[in-house]
Amino acid sequence: MRFMNEYRDGAYAERYRKAIAKVQTKPWTLMEVCGGQTHAILKYGIDQLLPPGITLVHGPGCPVCVTAVELIDKAIEIAARPGVTLCSFGDMVRVPGSRNDLQAAKAAGGDVRIVYSPLDALRLAQENPKKRVVFFGVGFETTAPANATAIIQAKQRNINNFSMLVAHVRVPPAMEAILSSPNNVVQGFLAPGHVCAVMGCAEYEDIARKYKVPMAVTGFEPLDILQGIHICITQLEQGRTDVAIQYARGVLREGNIAAQRLMQEVFTVIPRKWRGIGEIPESGLALSERYAEFDAERLFGLVDYSVEESTECISGLVLQGNKKPVECPAFGTRCTPETPLGATMVSSEGACAAYYRYRNIS
Amino acid sequence: MCLGVPGKLIEIAGEDPLFRVGRVDFAGVIREVSLAAIPDARVGEYVIVHAGLAISRLDEEEAQEVFGYLDELARIEEATPRPEAPNPKPQTPNHAFHE
Amino acid sequence: MTVPNDTSTPQTPNPKPQTPFVCPIPKQQYENIVLAHGAGGRLMHNLIDQVFAKGFGNPLLETDHDSAVLEHNGVRLCFTTDSYVVNPIFFPGGDIGTLAVCGTVNDLAMSGARPLYLSAGFILEEGLPITTLQRIVQSMQATAKEVGVAVVTGDTKVVERGKADGLFINTAGIGICEKDLKIAPRQVREGDVLLLNGDIGRHGMAIMALREGLRFETTIRSDVAPLWGMVEALLDAGIEIHCLRDLTRGGLASALNEIAKTAGVRIAIDERSIPVRDDVNGACEMLGLDPLQVANEGRLVAFVKSEDADRALEIMRGHPLGEQAARIGQVTAGASPLVTMNTVFGAARIVDMLSGDPLPRIC
Repeated sequence: MRFMNEYRDGAYAERYRKAIAKVQTKPWTLMEVCGGQTHAILKYGIDQLLPPGITLVHGPGCPVCVTAVELIDKAIEIAARPGVTLCSFGDMVRVPGSRNDLQAAKAAGGDVRIVYSPLDALRLAQENPKKRVVFFGVGFETTAPANATAIIQAKQRNINNFSMLVAHVRVPPAMEAILSSPNNVVQGFLAPGHVCAVMGCAEYEDIARKYKVPMAVTGFEPLDILQGIHICITQLEQGRTDVAIQYARGVLREGNIAAQRLMQEVFTVIPRKWRGIGEIPESGLALSERYAEFDAERLFGLVDYSVEESTECISGLVLQGNKKPVECPAFGTRCTPETPLGATMVSSEGACAAYYRYRNIS
Repeated sequence: MCLGVPGKLIEIAGEDPLFRVGRVDFAGVIREVSLAAIPDARVGEYVIVHAGLAISRLDEEEAQEVFGYLDELARIEEATPRPEAPNPKPQTPNHAFHE
Repeated sequence: MTVPNDTSTPQTPNPKPQTPFVCPIPKQQYENIVLAHGAGGRLMHNLIDQVFAKGFGNPLLETDHDSAVLEHNGVRLCFTTDSYVVNPIFFPGGDIGTLAVCGTVNDLAMSGARPLYLSAGFILEEGLPITTLQRIVQSMQATAKEVGVAVVTGDTKVVERGKADGLFINTAGIGICEKDLKIAPRQVREGDVLLLNGDIGRHGMAIMALREGLRFETTIRSDVAPLWGMVEALLDAGIEIHCLRDLTRGGLASALNEIAKTAGVRIAIDERSIPVRDDVNGACEMLGLDPLQVANEGRLVAFVKSEDADRALEIMRGHPLGEQAARIGQVTAGASPLVTMNTVFGAARIVDMLSGDPLPRIC
């Protein structure tokens, strides 16, 4: 597949590996922000290629895992209402809320459907005027333009049976939360390439300046990540703190203005609760007043619904008997009540969970 | 979920930019994609698609940068004299950097 | 929250996490059946272990294979059952009828048994056009004739509108093991070579393309096909086959994990050797799926004694269903069951079983 397979070339990976080893003289800790980047690192064994002095910390850039428990509960509540079709991205349906997940809600009789795009959900609404179609709008800024487009189209075409449960989160406030923590160990970032393709680099340049950390706006293929790492390590070795665009084929410094306009038309910035972290100011997007008629929380009377979120990590689930210890990949090793693991585990369909499950064996 | 996949725009339909769609070819699989965020999209271009919407166009020239960077590193290596110790700070290609 | 590179620097202290990210691992226990229980992955296996194996437990069931080999008066019969609930019932490359015959025949073939007779029980949805049913039956008969089996008994039930996706088919199959060779996961040995008869992921993606909410245009056709002919050729040539497994829901990844677990072995495969069509890859990339976990209906993995591998590969390649056959890996030494893959990068990664169900039912 063009513009994909070329960036999975083993020979170039080896050249990058050598270049990184050559430039690195001191230990450094980098964070890759996006879950997709984490997935590539584990899938291609990129961490195995790095010299021992470079530590990769996996960031919170997986909207699936940081979506607040109460939002999942709201989605489940909505799905259970008669005459409602709840549409969701596939990744969300197995993420547990406080009691259940969307898949169980479907088993219990809710009409839950997996879609590839919010525009598919909108089409479903158009084709089924008697059903109230709700789209579970999770995601970072990458997904916001698609959600914004669906909302604006709905308004223009009077598709009144369509609404959205908006759960958007924003990356920069999360990065600031990490950087301003007294226990922060992250010295450089692989910034999320597709988020920046939409939003541009300005917010990241502000963060780089404020906290004096270098960043490479990085793509998602293995060679992208290796180049991003080389760029960051080079900057760290040279004492620079710039934002460099590694993902030059997809990212402009100003981002995608048309996409930003769509977002600005529909969304406002609000504080948002992140699963396991709590509320981060200005870290979420919600529908503006102008589009309030499409806000599912209002339409279904769920605005004040709040859940006492348990912050126990997976070992808590083990102790409750919901999970056997051996099924938890990191139980007793890296995942304990004192050192819970992060976002990677949710992509248990693929390399991440397997990696953690078996790492000690290999 | 930042799954953004590059595909080739093979057809465009729709007058209103908000409702304009394109048929995008992903190695032989074709999907209808919203072009609301790329109002000046042209047939034949590559776009990066996420959740059914093209979020950015793919710059085919910049696409080579991942490879060119290594060549540039090698060139700088050769041009820079190397003392025994300490390890001199290597230069890196500057065109991708911003202040 | 940190990930120490512990394999290379055991002395590096584990840095304290700065934010308490919590990992919401998908549930493994549900009170009710969810669609993922039918996906061929971890949830389904848990269900089988906890409910069916526990309830029915007997040594024959514990062979953990696609079909049961039954010995009676010196004759080794092979017996299997399957149900087909695919939606849509017609898809590029076949229909629920073709699937029903091929699937059952393949399950018998995986024990090295010549398929002989099938039963076909139909659960029909009120409102199903009879012409549709006729088409399906014709498909079944055509496939049955091709393989040399006969549908000798059946059953018909009708349920109310909405209680079946058009129709469901349940089959049972009987075959006969003509060779002495025992073919089952527990026969797998260290050093065995894995042979795959062709490219993977076609069936699953052909079905996905038709799913409402995921629709895309493609020319991918299901690979549904009866595999007995190719297995017969291998048996006739005296190839020492230790295990055969047809790849269905859950894909190559799930099949290999099942066998590794039952046989208690480690399996190492090579990513570069596994054929995947460009368009299947394109569809998988677009939807974020792993071709290793996508369903097939005309593909098998053969575990053969390493000395017979070259000859077996040649025989497979000489058969229409094995033209793209490839040697994809080997059974290796190791204390606990594991499936690993050498990636195009040369690094090894774990190949895990499908956990849940990103796909709607496909067979």
